Amino acid sequence: MNKSAVAVVSDELAAGRYAALSIGAWRWIGTAALIAFAAVLPFGLSNYHVFELTLVMIYAIAVLGLNILTGYNGQISLGHGAFFAAGAYTAAILMHRYGVPYWATVPPAALICFVLGVLFGLPALRFEGPYLALVTVAMALATPQLLKYFDTWTGGLQGINLVKPLPPVSLGIDRDRWLYIVVLAVLLVAIRIAANMLHGRTGRAFVAIRDHPIAAATMGINTARYKTLAFGTSTLFTGVAGALFAIVVGYVSPESFSLFLSLSFLVGSAVGGIATIGGAIVGGCFIQFVPNLANDVSDAAPWAIYGLVMLIFMYAMPRGVVGSLGPWIARLLPQLARLRVSSAASDQQCKGRMS
Amino acid sequence: MPAILELRGVKAYYGQSEVLHGIDLAVEERGVTVLLGANGAGKTTTLRAICGMVRSKGEILFAGAPLQRRATEDIAGLGVAHVPEGRGTFIGLTVEENLRLGAYTRSAKMHDGIQRMYGYFPILSERRQQQAGALSGGEQQMLAIARALMMSPRLLLLDEPSFGLAPQIIEDIFVIIERVRRDENVSVLLVEQNARLALELADHAYLIETGSVVASGSAKALADNPQVRRSYLGY
Amino acid sequence: MHQLLQQTFSGLAAGSIYASLALALVMIYRATDLINFAQGEMAMFSTYIAWTLVNAGLPFLAAFLLTLLVSFAGGVAIERIVIRPVASAPVLATVVVTIGLLLIFNALAGWIYSYTVQDFPSPFPDRPVLGALITTRDLGVIAVTLTMLILLFVFFRFTSTGLAMRAAAQNRESARLCGVPVGRMLAIGWGLAAAIGATAGIMVAPILFLDPNMMSGVLLYAFTGALLGGITSPVGAVIGGLIVGVTENLVGTYLIASQLKLTVAFALIILVLVFRPNGLFGTAIVRRV
Repeated sequence: MNKSAVAVVSDELAAGRYAALSIGAWRWIGTAALIAFAAVLPFGLSNYHVFELTLVMIYAIAVLGLNILTGYNGQISLGHGAFFAAGAYTAAILMHRYGVPYWATVPPAALICFVLGVLFGLPALRFEGPYLALVTVAMALATPQLLKYFDTWTGGLQGINLVKPLPPVSLGIDRDRWLYIVVLAVLLVAIRIAANMLHGRTGRAFVAIRDHPIAAATMGINTARYKTLAFGTSTLFTGVAGALFAIVVGYVSPESFSLFLSLSFLVGSAVGGIATIGGAIVGGCFIQFVPNLANDVSDAAPWAIYGLVMLIFMYAMPRGVVGSLGPWIARLLPQLARLRVSSAASDQQCKGRMS
Repeated sequence: MPAILELRGVKAYYGQSEVLHGIDLAVEERGVTVLLGANGAGKTTTLRAICGMVRSKGEILFAGAPLQRRATEDIAGLGVAHVPEGRGTFIGLTVEENLRLGAYTRSAKMHDGIQRMYGYFPILSERRQQQAGALSGGEQQMLAIARALMMSPRLLLLDEPSFGLAPQIIEDIFVIIERVRRDENVSVLLVEQNARLALELADHAYLIETGSVVASGSAKALADNPQVRRSYLGY
Repeated sequence: MHQLLQQTFSGLAAGSIYASLALALVMIYRATDLINFAQGEMAMFSTYIAWTLVNAGLPFLAAFLLTLLVSFAGGVAIERIVIRPVASAPVLATVVVTIGLLLIFNALAGWIYSYTVQDFPSPFPDRPVLGALITTRDLGVIAVTLTMLILLFVFFRFTSTGLAMRAAAQNRESARLCGVPVGRMLAIGWGLAAAIGATAGIMVAPILFLDPNMMSGVLLYAFTGALLGGITSPVGAVIGGLIVGVTENLVGTYLIASQLKLTVAFALIILVLVFRPNGLFGTAIVRRV
């Protein structure tokens, strides 16, 4: 190809030949539009809503981590809140005790959580199904206890209060919007990395291990290595989300990282679509918004409403929103692309392909 | 002789794929009908369709009553006993418990039934308190057939009873099937890959290939059929 | 030494409650390959029903039996209405449904009965016996649990419905071929599990005091006990529950104060699982290729 993708796309658009574009080009346009929309969105919303959306994206990154482990690799985790806490407290301690600037706390949090994940992933190789579920629940329950116990580092029950970071003066935007942009950038990078990994060789190994572990091993896939890698990668993502959480919220305490958080991640995963990437964003929205909505509906028993909503989602879309709707939309898209085909356009298309 | 079981234009589906393309079949009352065919031809699927275990279309009539769209457990209650591929014994239960389960729909006759089964299969009587999983392949096959007979069925569906068994055991099993057919007054639909023994036992035979019946007739006629002889009898 | 025995016995009493709930979990797991995360909250809700009946003036035994009946019916209803729609969906969907049930029951109990901690009467007086080794209340708990287990054993071993349920749990298709209505067996299984849970809740309420969050710790220990014993083994569930009860008590008394008790107890149990990944009595899940 001599022309760049951008040039080809704009040429075709200019000539009004929408249908001549391939699915890949449409996807490129769609993604670019979505990113642009997301980037300008905070400037039209109130501070509180921007803060909420930032949390949505943070939860999305955390849920993406869980999707990698449980969705693509089939290892259930009811304890990802522990790694979220690990990332959050790493960032908090670095900022509070050692004065590390906020943006520099994310890589160490990522690294530490990756190592933690590998350390847990190794013994986890021995456990399956409900046994693995129990081990991860134990982790989730131990987390608040351990955080309270090591109070010289973690500030114990009081937690750690952090100063919210200041945006770069040159940009002239306020703190909430700056943090939104930062988290958006991290989310996009996370999605990119996840997509590359999951659509490539590693991802295929993960899925093979999930669906047919014996066959996978027979084909020469080192299941132990890939399962441990899945664990480490997954906790890396969730740990990064935790670090961002500490930065954005400005306060960490043991009570924020209870078993309920881990269960919320799992529910968010399931509602979005456990073996999808886009589902993580749906999951993030679910975790952030549904409890608040439940409160609006009934302040006497909001969690009952939350539970009810969970049930309704599972009945309507047992594979999650993206899991259920995704294949349906994918079948629809080629039809959409063919909408504006006229015989002249298709001749041009054929000629263009052959030259 | 009237047919106790009739299939008319039966199609069966695994997911979206159609695997049986319109089967016509009849089993005579108190007769032995055999379904021959290679692996994957659709023999097991036919039995599963009769018992409501796969999605199917077409008519399935048992003693004149339609079976399609009925639940498997109801079909069993009507008197259709299916010994599935791989025996389907409850390996975690004892031999006697397996037999008791067979009489779930005929609890009044349980005690007599069990004694009768021990008469047909003395080895089961010896092992009655053992876990079914500890039995040998041949013994498990006998247990599976005995369990099916505990239902006092009118129709017995046998899916590859010779599978995985030594030749001597297979001969024994077939002798038992013939004896059972006589004494229990039951009609038999037998699915087999071991064509020689099956055709010796049967009255009628059907040959299935990739989901359709390609030959049918009396067992003797099919034994002489050159297609069958070349593919399955080896000469 | 005296204290060791004392703590062991009271651990056995707690353990017998964990054992009951563990048994309920194992029953449902064997039949459906599913952990019912809502088992504890269902038990808690049943306990509140019993409490309401007792407060309305019913004698304890009548309230207890009526609660068992209502819980059984409730369990059957939940299986039919809430669980069955996702029975053919991926397992994760059912897990989320049970988590949702957990939240709903907890919130409903808090809304109807408030979160105030209540007293719950025990049919057994709380007097120390046997040279102060054990209280009559703990003895009563062990006796009730033992009776329930014996009744269940008789039911599953010697009745045709019990046999049909065991068969349906082991091999659904073969059970159907024998004429067993598998769906109905599942519903009965849930009903029984709910009744067992109700018993556990009523036994534990006098000790832990009644409030909507009463059973969350119990469920956790029951889950641990079930896995320790082997999630596929009912006998294992009971023994596992007892071990967890005794361990928890001894760790709390001798090793560490309440702060890290949960963590240490878990660590010990996970250590056991590392050496026996299928639990003490569980059978390895044999996978055929």
